[in-house]
Amino acid sequence: MSPSPTDRIERTITVRAPRSRVWRALTDTAEFGSWFGVKLAGAFEPGARLRGNITHPGYEHVVMDITVERMEPDRLLSWRWHPYAVEKGVDYSKETPTLVVFELETVADGTRITVVESGFDQVPLARRAQAYRMNGDGWAQQMQAIARHVG
Amino acid sequence: MSVRASRRFGGGALAEAAPVFAALGDATRLDLVSRLSSGGPMSIARLTEGADVTRQAVTKHLHVLAGAGLARGTRVGRDHVWEIDSHRFDDARRWLDHIESQWDEALGRLKASLERPASKGKQTGK
Repeated sequence: MSPSPTDRIERTITVRAPRSRVWRALTDTAEFGSWFGVKLAGAFEPGARLRGNITHPGYEHVVMDITVERMEPDRLLSWRWHPYAVEKGVDYSKETPTLVVFELETVADGTRITVVESGFDQVPLARRAQAYRMNGDGWAQQMQAIARHVG
Repeated sequence: MSVRASRRFGGGALAEAAPVFAALGDATRLDLVSRLSSGGPMSIARLTEGADVTRQAVTKHLHVLAGAGLARGTRVGRDHVWEIDSHRFDDARRWLDHIESQWDEALGRLKASLERPASKGKQTGK
């Protein structure tokens, strides 16, 4: 059965940096945290679970929790996580996580990064619509705040 | 905005979107949506041909999709022809647009950090 039109998203950006440099920014825990806005503990390795609090003011209670799946140096990184797992005291571990895949490709002016997140159809219905909304307002706002802070 | 405030804010739109996700949360209905999306309008007879379920069951599922505004049926002679109502899919799609914008923000930060000229004291040529 083919996935529904609401199951996945895909985003792409090109950066003026070689793939090895991008790879480091994605897989070095401290570097990742600096642009994503999270203080993760642990190292990126296949099968590794990294957890840590979001660093944006007002969201420090939100724990980001990812399980690394595949790592092909300079080419592919994937992890699973529970999107928008932001409510205190809620056990998200029984839910099917979404899959996030980063792929790197050398292009004329640097590296093209493609992010695909899929599995949204498996997010429980009771939480899904809420998740979309919270994600839109909460996370985008958080990212903008980080942009203001760093940039 | 706090998480709590954002949930309050989203209430009305959520109530509107929930039936769409509920209607799509079934394997047979997803299959019908998939076939109508790729094959265009089809009669119930044709939709039943490729399905593992009875004509009655297909009809029932189509009415659930119609209830969520995802499909609509028109009587043509003795049969009903069904098609996708893309307007409602646009609504569902809008939620994913929010997630995409989240990733755009994150990737924008990543790009800025990689292209900052004096990172680690080393100039990177443009």
